[in-house]
Amino acid sequence: MRTRHYVALLGVLGLTMAAAGPASGHGLIGQRFFPATLTIDDPFVADELSLPTVLHIKNRGSEEGPPSLQTDVSGELSKRLSPNLGLSLGGTYTLLDPDPGDSVSGFDNMEVSLKYVFWKSAPHETLFSAGVSWDVGGTGSKKIGAESFDTVTPQLFFGKGFGDLPDAVEWLKPLALTGAFGLDIPTRVHNQTISVNDDGDVDVERELNPKAMQWGFALQYNLQYLQSFVRDVGLPAPINRFIPIVEFAMETPVEGRDAGRTTGTVNPGVIWFGRYCQLGIEAVIPVNTRTGKNVGVIGQVHFYLDDIAPKIFTWTPFHGVLGPTQAQ
Amino acid sequence: MRTLYAATVLLATAAPAWGHAFPDHSEPRVGHTVDASPPAVRIWFDGAIEPVFSTLRVEDADKRQVDRKDPRVSPSDDTLLEVGLPPLAPGRYRVFWSVVARDGHRTEGSFGFRIK
Repeated sequence: MRTRHYVALLGVLGLTMAAAGPASGHGLIGQRFFPATLTIDDPFVADELSLPTVLHIKNRGSEEGPPSLQTDVSGELSKRLSPNLGLSLGGTYTLLDPDPGDSVSGFDNMEVSLKYVFWKSAPHETLFSAGVSWDVGGTGSKKIGAESFDTVTPQLFFGKGFGDLPDAVEWLKPLALTGAFGLDIPTRVHNQTISVNDDGDVDVERELNPKAMQWGFALQYNLQYLQSFVRDVGLPAPINRFIPIVEFAMETPVEGRDAGRTTGTVNPGVIWFGRYCQLGIEAVIPVNTRTGKNVGVIGQVHFYLDDIAPKIFTWTPFHGVLGPTQAQ
Repeated sequence: MRTLYAATVLLATAAPAWGHAFPDHSEPRVGHTVDASPPAVRIWFDGAIEPVFSTLRVEDADKRQVDRKDPRVSPSDDTLLEVGLPPLAPGRYRVFWSVVARDGHRTEGSFGFRIK
């Protein structure tokens, strides 16, 4: 039964990280630099490594389990297979410290993602991509609630910089928005539990694994864009590389008893980007009591492998060495 | 392992130049108004740039090129891209640049300035 408690608690993780998993994909389109976002995935494909992404949050107690402190340490490696096609592998190590109760820890299921950028416009700083994510069932630890079945998530992504706004609203030009939409499709519709009670009767319990929409946005204000392309306001380093950001990571089940009940978090924070890496930190704020009531924190170190060693990390099987990520 | 990771982070963040060359500052300053026609537009980047692949031009409000068509990377400062200007009338102007950093990254951009 304890495992079920942790499954329930990890449901909250799913909510807090909602349209998420380890995020990836910094990129340039036109004169716009998009950082890799921490919570939702963004539309670019790139050669990069998120290591580590650390989430720390206190989960509230519920009918199914006590309150717990949860710490996730995750990593994700992304690799371009062509200029517009990318593959990612991600994993998460979870530590749960319930109160009361014994701590448990273990790996969650491995996640494999494929993404393709199918439309882009440099003058409008816009791109769209599509992908599919595969949560590989049975690769994680059951004691932290890793599912034994696969979940496949077809996804759509977009990114839009607002540098094409009229000069009358030039202060809005550094704004950019990215978004991600996906539908979690569990490959097992129901979990079936068979037990024998004290009277010798066999009980069969069927629990729905509901499909759920994973969706989110990231609204960002790029101070480097402001300084370089709109107005030099005299920001010194390192502030001139800061990107204040708010991410919205949501989940809405589309079937089952919670159908239509959205949960998620709003994550305000800041990203700093440099030549070879970026650093980011965000608060994780539940959007409603259904999600939770405690504020968590997420931080990430993210390496641009295509900049660190382009000849090694940008090699592709059909297009040779792509070189560093270039303005599209 | 922890030491190796810390060293990697330090190397990554303490690098002397950026992968993508972004403007550090310019004359005239991005988005500012100057009292008189400047003799040149100068952009200092945050890393060395390749002279062969770097371009710079200035257009007026009617999108006519108004610079002296002599863009160059300064021989004494490989982070400085400049182009000469003839005396210009008051008005709005836009600077378009494209550079390739020494490590192969290409970046481009534009910004406006105004002459009073």
